Amino acid sequence: MSVAARPTTASPATPTRESWPLMRGAPTDAALTDHLLAPLWRASRVWWLLFGLSTLGTLLLLGTVTYTVLVGIGTWGNNIPVAWAFAITNFVWWIGIGHAGTFISAFLLLLNQHWRGSINRVAEAMTIFALVNAALFPVLHLGRPWFFYWLIPYPATMNVWPNFKSARPWDVAAVTTYFTVSLLFWYLGLVPDLASARDRAPTRRRRLAYGVFAMGWRGSGFQWERYRIAYVLLAALATPLVISVHSVVSLDFSIAQLPGWHSTIFPPYFVVGAIYSGLAMVLLLLLPLRRAFRLHDIVTEAHLDAIAKLMLAMGLMLTYSYVIETFMAWYSANTAERYTYLTSRPFGPYAVAYWIMTVLNVVSPQLFWWRRLRTNTVVLFLASAGILVGMWMERFIIIVTSLNRDFLTSSWHIYIPSWVDWSILAGSLGLFGFLFLLFVRFVPSVAISEVKSLRIELANSPARSGHA
Amino acid sequence: MAALFPRWANTVVRATLVAATCTLVGVPVALMAWVRTPNATRRYQPVAQPIAFDHRIHVTGQRIDCRYCHFSVERSASAGIPPSSTCVACHSDTWMRSSELALVRASIATGQAIRWSRVNALPDFVYFNHAIHVAKGVGCETCHGRVDRMAAVYQAAPLTMSWCVDCHRDPAPHLRPLSEITTMGWTPPTAQRAFGEELVRENNVRSLTNCTTCHR
Repeated sequence: MSVAARPTTASPATPTRESWPLMRGAPTDAALTDHLLAPLWRASRVWWLLFGLSTLGTLLLLGTVTYTVLVGIGTWGNNIPVAWAFAITNFVWWIGIGHAGTFISAFLLLLNQHWRGSINRVAEAMTIFALVNAALFPVLHLGRPWFFYWLIPYPATMNVWPNFKSARPWDVAAVTTYFTVSLLFWYLGLVPDLASARDRAPTRRRRLAYGVFAMGWRGSGFQWERYRIAYVLLAALATPLVISVHSVVSLDFSIAQLPGWHSTIFPPYFVVGAIYSGLAMVLLLLLPLRRAFRLHDIVTEAHLDAIAKLMLAMGLMLTYSYVIETFMAWYSANTAERYTYLTSRPFGPYAVAYWIMTVLNVVSPQLFWWRRLRTNTVVLFLASAGILVGMWMERFIIIVTSLNRDFLTSSWHIYIPSWVDWSILAGSLGLFGFLFLLFVRFVPSVAISEVKSLRIELANSPARSGHA
Repeated sequence: MAALFPRWANTVVRATLVAATCTLVGVPVALMAWVRTPNATRRYQPVAQPIAFDHRIHVTGQRIDCRYCHFSVERSASAGIPPSSTCVACHSDTWMRSSELALVRASIATGQAIRWSRVNALPDFVYFNHAIHVAKGVGCETCHGRVDRMAAVYQAAPLTMSWCVDCHRDPAPHLRPLSEITTMGWTPPTAQRAFGEELVRENNVRSLTNCTTCHR
């Protein structure tokens, strides 16, 4: 993983062609803290505008979910044979997006990638909010969501356990584990910054609020030692989840004997796609945030370059999966497999979605071969948005095209999403924005303590490279 | 700067954490315990009936067999609630003028059935058949309890799915000879386990635990 950004110096001195600094300028600790905490004390007009919009989206979600619960999932376009449609597409999409958070915060921590420290907070918050959205969909898709607890293995008076051969309890285990670890990891990382917020808050009420959540953090050497150990331990716990969670999600599909689902490539293919879409979401959130909070000295070209390189790598691996998947369908000489991959998907009723997916996921990352484009914020923003749309289309194609035309032509049936389907998707984007905006308003969106220690590290070893 | 929090704040935090943990663990455990109590399963609660029919008098006192009134128990899914004419078979001679029997007389006169209240209610998604249970040696008492001692009939069994499934998985401890089906207070002549295993072989009792056995 040579995503190294190699700063030769911490000072604003001349970046050579090969390198950008991980941080510009030499601010004092106090100046850094003040700068990064500033968004907590006042909200801009743009924030209020976006917050209003996302609140409307959240209300839309609330309304359509209530309607779905009251009337039933007949309000959706789903029907036999397409019993999984938007709900599962959205579920896989959101949970995939979550993966970049853990990837950046845990994976790259263990790999000693110093550039992660400036962006991990945003990525982790994104993970948690994406998981909240992801968890919503399978529960709604149960049809009777108030019985969701039947999925949990507990000693019921029915004297039967959930069917452990079904992918449903696996999902529950994977998602709840992931959510718990992500939340703990995020919160642990927040504690020193919450203490900074407590010490700098302008009013007593805010000091008390941040003080409660800072849990008595004083920043003593003893506390820091324990904190570092706990942080690395949690990272070690979270790292396997980057691989395992989306592998489990992919098994929802590959344990079925349906052409387009029944494939051994699914776990790695899904994990790569998950990290890919997650990195795109990180950029989509980070770029406006960088501008709004003037983080250019902290989130530098080095970070954008590193993320873009990772996205290129993931995009190439995903392309490889697409090719192999299609090749294996042809190579299997199985009529149903060949029909799904070579006829139904590229030329069937959902061909438009298929080609949108292919172009956006395969072609757009190729832009990142060019160094100039890897740091061009407009290109990065548009490519990230495109990749997110492409990855949504991928899940839609996998789910709907495999279901709507399976082995028996007599059971073929077209799927058309209803207005409730679309509204719930739009509403979940609203909820995501709503939570994220609250996050940037009330919690430091850059890990202040990490950035401060990075600054000292860079200042003390001018020749030190960005990756140890 | 004065300390933000007083010393006792530490105690409050610790107590809150302990309370939160207890709540997180305690609430599900309490709910799981609650659904097993007789209150939640509605056991042992006498059900009010339009006529104060006393099973003690009829079963213990008059020694009437269960099947005299619950006539279809050996042949049908339902055990059968007796028509008013069954009452009158005896009560044309005895207690005919009693005010207790006013509803029976009215029923006979109008041809309208008496609306008894159901005591043992299963959900609509459960298929239950009395005849097969009786034919395989499950006595009335096994599920309905000592009806001969009930002034007003109540639900004796929890009727939870685990109660059904326990017996379906291992019927032997609950079986009796076919001749003793309606006996109240029956005791096995030898140890129930061995005796039950014998009855399983004799009556070809199968352990049916498919979902579709009951959920059709």
